[in-house]
Order: sequence, then structure tokens, then C-alpha cells
Amino acid sequence: MGNLVSVRDLRVAFRLGKSHVVEAVRGISFDIPENSAVALVGESGSGKSVSAMSIVRLLPENASVGAASRIEFQGRNLLAEPLDVMRDIRGKDITVVFQEPMSSLNPVFTVGDQIGEVLQLHRGLSRRQSAARVVELLDEVGIAEPRARLVSYPHELSGGQQQRVMIAMAIACEPKLLIADEPTTALDVTVQRQILDLIGRLRAKFQMSVLFISHDLALVGEIADQVVVMRDGIVRESGPVAEIFSMPQDPYTLALLACRPRLDARPRRLPVIDDFLSADGSRTLSAPPIARNGDARQARAAEAAPLIEARGLRKEYRLKTGLFARKQIDAVKDASFQLARGRTLGVVGESGSGKTTVGMLLMRLVQPTAGQVLFDGRDLLALSDAELMAYRRRIQIIFQNPYASLNPRFTVGQILTEPMRVHGIGAHDDERFAMAVALARRVGLPPDCIHKYPHEFSGGQRQRIAIARVLSMKPEVIICDESVSALDVSVQATVLNLLLDLQDEFAISYVFISHDLAVVKYMADDILVMSHGAIVERGSSEAIYEAPQHDYTRKLLAAIPRGFQRAHA
Amino acid sequence: MSVTTIDSKAVIPPRPERSAGVWATAWRRLRNDRVGMVSLGVVIAFILLIIASALHLVAKDWQKEIGVPNAPPTFIGPRAEETTKDPLSTIVAKDAKPVDLSDIDPLAPKYKEWAERAAKIQISEPPRAKTLPFGADRLGRDVLAKTIKGAEISIFVGLFAAVVATLIGTVLGALAGYVGSKLGDFLEWVYNVFTSIPDILLIFAFAAVLGRGIGTVVLILGLTGWTGMYRQVRAEYIKHRTREYVRAAEAIGVTDTQRMFVHILPNVSHVILVRMSLLVVGFIKAEVILSFLGLGVPVDQVSWGTMLSEAQAELVLGHWWQLAAATLFMAVFVTAFSLLTDALRDALDPKLR
Repeated sequence: MGNLVSVRDLRVAFRLGKSHVVEAVRGISFDIPENSAVALVGESGSGKSVSAMSIVRLLPENASVGAASRIEFQGRNLLAEPLDVMRDIRGKDITVVFQEPMSSLNPVFTVGDQIGEVLQLHRGLSRRQSAARVVELLDEVGIAEPRARLVSYPHELSGGQQQRVMIAMAIACEPKLLIADEPTTALDVTVQRQILDLIGRLRAKFQMSVLFISHDLALVGEIADQVVVMRDGIVRESGPVAEIFSMPQDPYTLALLACRPRLDARPRRLPVIDDFLSADGSRTLSAPPIARNGDARQARAAEAAPLIEARGLRKEYRLKTGLFARKQIDAVKDASFQLARGRTLGVVGESGSGKTTVGMLLMRLVQPTAGQVLFDGRDLLALSDAELMAYRRRIQIIFQNPYASLNPRFTVGQILTEPMRVHGIGAHDDERFAMAVALARRVGLPPDCIHKYPHEFSGGQRQRIAIARVLSMKPEVIICDESVSALDVSVQATVLNLLLDLQDEFAISYVFISHDLAVVKYMADDILVMSHGAIVERGSSEAIYEAPQHDYTRKLLAAIPRGFQRAHA
Repeated sequence: MSVTTIDSKAVIPPRPERSAGVWATAWRRLRNDRVGMVSLGVVIAFILLIIASALHLVAKDWQKEIGVPNAPPTFIGPRAEETTKDPLSTIVAKDAKPVDLSDIDPLAPKYKEWAERAAKIQISEPPRAKTLPFGADRLGRDVLAKTIKGAEISIFVGLFAAVVATLIGTVLGALAGYVGSKLGDFLEWVYNVFTSIPDILLIFAFAAVLGRGIGTVVLILGLTGWTGMYRQVRAEYIKHRTREYVRAAEAIGVTDTQRMFVHILPNVSHVILVRMSLLVVGFIKAEVILSFLGLGVPVDQVSWGTMLSEAQAELVLGHWWQLAAATLFMAVFVTAFSLLTDALRDALDPKLR
């Protein structure tokens, strides 16, 4: 079996200023054999996407590729080919599926037009001929009623269907290589499972190779034959998937494998990258501190009186569909639950299940249609605006996207002192500033952060800033709305550890909202499973994992990536 | 036993360097833009010029008639002396008998006395320059000084009218975009009414009510020119209103007013700034048109608009320099300002970062 693509000594550098050059990829080499799946794994900033995009030469304008770099494809060096040859190869021999299907599809053209365009460009088909082929392709990627979908616009499809359309475009010309750049990161777990199955099935059927890019080692373990682990622009380890999972040679690989929350164990802390690598990044394969994690985390005993009790919470949205016609959508129907001090309530569900609305209702960021929220015995929903201010301090929220939830024009100092000013915490600005510095240190931010702006921090650090902002009010309840979903698996572990430490220290109650059952299982003491606005199952996290009652819960559990399984190898 | 005290304050971390803010970064990017820096230099030069003019350091005597009427610019040289004599003098009849004017002019006997008295008074007519650097207008006033004085009025009007329009547009746009609902609908209605009336008609209407003067011109332009700003600010506020950082501010209990002006405003300020500098350019041109139509600055003051308006009559006689001077100054300033605006947009746009 020959190599379809071989990458040799690839170096890519980015010019960021007149004299400021950053080398993102520092001399990597790997092969993609014919008819196989290769996974590029690494954290954000490891250079995995840049490496993959170099193959089709879709790099930003300020990128430059090293002179000695070579990318061989069918006996040609792709880095040296003229642009019109590359244009011919792109979309025909080598195709790409991007991360965000929403923004990768053109919103003003129908699905049929966009897939048809590929066929008309590379196969020279007429509009009529291509339309017939597009129906076959849509059927191939598992879209129901393909003929009707031909004239749909992207916004009429769900995220999973949009990604299927992207895949249909990518396989339209039966390419030799499909590059999938984090194709499932923006999707729900159950949809992710379907897309992975689809890619696997298409690969076998069309005898193509797949280059799969992901930050999640467990995920690629299920579909890849070969794994290349990257960090800071170099290859840390590469080899067949069975070797990588059974006897990883590099401590970094080991760390990536360990830091994802597991369903079968609940260690007190999650292992993080730093546990495996010494400060200078040298190899330390000395016993990783798994032993320390052996002692399972004990849930705080529930007190008699719950801190928060929701009764019959309900939110409906009325949509105007005509002059007099109204459509009613129930975002949350009849949700009742309790949360005790110092405990964690997990809320799981797919997008559109109403889990975020529950969080918003508790914060009164959204007004409920009906129901009660008793906080320490008082009905929150009946509070006046003035009374609400005092309450706001006691219950806080951490949003999903740390890139969007911090004001880009505020320094970290301003971000951290603002809530204290609003709520009159601290006597004067100097005292508040000192408290902000202490908070920043507590959540593990570098000491010089206080005058910096959010854009100077990584995603994990930004989420720490958001956590510090919330802590500045010393809340009793924190709602984590998908707070770690946008982070790499390895960064996610460090943030989860921080949240657990803070819970131990300040006896905070969490409402932990996520689509990832593994994370919720690790964090929560009790779990609510939501689907279509209704709570379909509730119970302790062990009970839900060991004996799921509802079909939907079983589906969620089955969708969690489990890494390389010996059985199916 | 020796007692060692550990000074707990011994290790005070050095106060960290203040990180480059948004404006500092923008300035760094602007500095790398050669066209932007040149245009910034030109704009600053103009601003210094009008400050000097307002402080009467330059162009103080713009109303003095120091040149011969319509004196040409120096680089053309003085007008050729008219060699031909008055055509009327040639037709004086030589053979006609002298007429004693005292018969028909009762004042004739006094002429001699007046002439004697007049001889005692020294009349010094200052020598008038034959040429001036940029020529003279029909009264012999220096066109260069006049253009500088005109720049003062024109740029002042442009800047202040833009500030007025920006204030109105930003406040209304922020309210309409952030609050929305009934108030938003009402403001949209006001906006639609304003834009449905032809601009020039609106300007005539305001001018008729408010009378003539610089303040009026500023008000007129400000009151008619806010609509574009309103629309853009409203769109930005609608976009930012639902951003997570604004929701996060709401969650920590920040009031609506603070969210509107402390949180969102800095994030849309680049849009407002660029729009405002476009307004300055537009208003300078609008002032020229207003003055040209006679609705602009009063007659005892000068702006580029009144100069162009005078030039209309002069051009027929071939005196083009007043037109040229006003046009040149305006073109240089407006072009520099527009280029600066472009450079500012590039430097300030957070998406490009």
C-alpha cells in the first residue's frame, strides 16, 4: 500500500508585523497511506490545521512555507505547482470539510446549487445532469427526502444536516483525500456520532483516504488508522492507533489520553498536561499521578433544605407566523428541581432541549411564563428590580464562549472590579483593585494580567477571567452554561479542576449545563436529562450512568467517544 | 538563638507594565500606514493653521485692501499697463470754445478755495501691490489671507456640524437599537420622515426659521445630517445588544444606561469615528453649497463657499485665482481627511486584529 500524500519537513511561518514572524509549523513529516484514515491531534495552536491546509495551499496571505518543505501527491510537489493546477486539484482530488457548517455554506444559494457547482466545475456536467447527481449524493450522505432538499437554503437545515451537505460537496467528485478539519466540534454528541459513522462508511465505499483533524484523542481513536500527535508545531508522536492507545511513548500523548473525564471512574481531580510534562517540556515518563486520583470524589451530603427549588418552571415563546396566526413554542415545559448548598446539579441535553433557557430563567435573564423559583425560601420571580440586585450577587452565570463573554475594550482589572463597584463590595477603588489581583492569582492567572486586554489571553485563560469575575461577588450558586464546551479537552480538564477546588473552598453550588454527558457525569452529583423542553430523566449521576431508564439518555451515553476499542479493531 | 525575621513585604512584585490598549494598538497600526501618516500630517497642519487664524496670528488683516483690484498672482506677474488712452479723451473737440462754468455751476467760484484747502491735507494712499502671492479679489484683498480665514470658518463649521450630527445620531441610534420595541418604532418613524423630505428643502426650511449666521449653518447641517449615523449606530447596537459580554454585564447587575454607554459604546466607537470623519468632509462641501446659495455665512465673514460664490462673477472677467485658491485648499484638506478616515478605519477595526 503506497502513500497517497507524504509531507516532508513542512515549515509554515506567519508574518505578524514588519519584523515579527511566528513559526507555526516547525518541520513536520508524516504520510497518508492510500485508503486509510490519518488523524492529526493536538491542542489549539499546535499547528494541526495549518499543516492540513498546507496540503491544499489554503493558507492566509501572511503565511510563508519553508523552501525545503515538500508535499508529495501522485508524484507531484503540491507546494511547487502553479495555482491553476492547484485549483483543479482542490475540490476534485483533495477536498475539505470545515468546522463550522453554518459559515461554510453560502446562505443565499440553495443546497442543490452549491453541490451542483462542484460537479459543473470539475466534471463539466450541465445543470440538469448535475441536479440528478446531487440527489444521489444527498441520499448518500443520509439526508431524508433528497429531492425536496435540493431547493432548501442552508438556514432551513439543522447543523448536522448542514455538515452532511458539506460532506456531500466534498465527495461529489470522488476525491482521493478528504480533509476533515474538526468537522464535529460544533455539533451535538449524538450528531457527532452520526457524522463520524458517515465519514467512516463513505471512506470504505469510495476507497479514499481521510485526514481527520481534532483536539480530542478519544474521538479520533474510533475512526483513525494512524495517529499523529502534534504540539507547538512539531510531531510529538505518530504511529498506528492501537500503539498510540495501548502504549503511548510520549508523555504528552499520555496526558491527552488521561485528561478526558471517564465514565467509569470519578477521580478527585482530572489529570492535566502539566502533571505529565515537567516545566521544561522534557520527557518525564515517571509515574504520572494517577495514583493520587484514585481516591474518588465524595459528594457533599445534601442538607435538609434546598438552596434553590424550582417548581413548574415554564417558558413559551410566541412566534408571529401570519397577520393573526401565532405559533407557540415551549422552550421549557414544567421543570421542577432542587439544588442543595455545595452540590452540583447537572443538566444534559442537545441543542434546543431548553437547558440553556433553564439557566437563563434561574438568573432572571429571561422572564418565565409560569412557575416559581424559591431561593432560600423566597420566590425570585416575584422580586422587584431593587431586590433583584441583591439577589444577582448571590447567583451568577459563566457563559459558554470565553471569547464573547468578556468586553474586548476592558482590561482584566476593569472586568474584575466592575461587579464589585456595582454591588458596593470594597470601600474604595484601591481595595477593589487589590481584591482583583488576589482573585486573578486564585484562579491561576499570571500576575501581570491585570492591565492586559482579553484578546491577549488563550481560551482557557479567558474562561478563568470569567470565573474570577463571577467569584468577585462571592456567589452562592454559579450556573455554568456550557462553560467548558468551547475549550480543548486538555484545557477543559484544568478549568474543571479549578471549578471543583473553588467548590470545596467556598461551598458553592453549581448548575452545570452541558451537552457532554461525560463532563456532566464527572462534575455533577445529580443529573437532569432534558429533551425538547421536558425533563425526561433525573437521578444521581451514578444511577443515570449505570441504569439509564429513558431511551434518550441511552442514546446520549452511546454517543460519547470512548477512544480506541480493542474489540472493534 | 538568633532570631531571623522574615520581612513579608520584601518581595513586592513590580507593578506590571500597562498593556497596549485598543487605541495604542490602533496608533501603532496607523503609524505603519504611510498614506495615513501623510494625510494625518496635512490635517494637523490645517488644524494648526485655523487655530493660528482664530487667534489672529495669521490672516488678521484679510479685509485690508492691499493690492490693486483683481491683482494677479505673483507667479503670473503684474497685469500689462493699459497703454491705450481713455477712448473718450480722443473725441474731445479741439476747436470748441471754452465755456465759463460759473454761469451754469454755482459752486464754481469755490473750487479754487477747496483746492487750496485740500492741498494742506496730506492724503497718503498706500501704494497698492501690483501682484499678490495668490492674487487679489475685486476689492484688492489678498486671496491667500482670505482663503486661510475661509478655511477657519469652513473647517469649524464642518467639524462642529459633524459633532452635532454625531451626538444626535449616536444617542438616538443607541436608544433605538438597544431599547427597541415602541421607542425604537417611534425613532424609526422620525428617521423615515426626515429622510423622506429632500435635504435641500429641509435646509431651506431651517434656514428660513433660524436666520443667517455660522451657528445656524452648524445647526442646519447637524439637524439634517444625523440620519446616516443613526442608522449605522442602531444596527451596531442591535448586533451588540445580544452579545454574551453584554448579557454577562446584565448578569452582574450593571444598569441599562451603563451597558449602553460604558460597555457597548467603546465597542462601536470605531464605526462612529469613521462615520463622523466622513460627515466632516460632507459638511465642508455642504457649507460651500449653502454659502453659494446665499444661505450660509454672513457677508462680513468669509468661507470657501462665499469665495466660490464670488468667483462666479470674476470668472467671466478671467480672474480665476480666487476660485483656484479656494478649490485647491478645499481639495487638499478634503482628500487628506478622507484618506485619514480610510487609514483610521483600517487601524481601528477590531475584526482585522
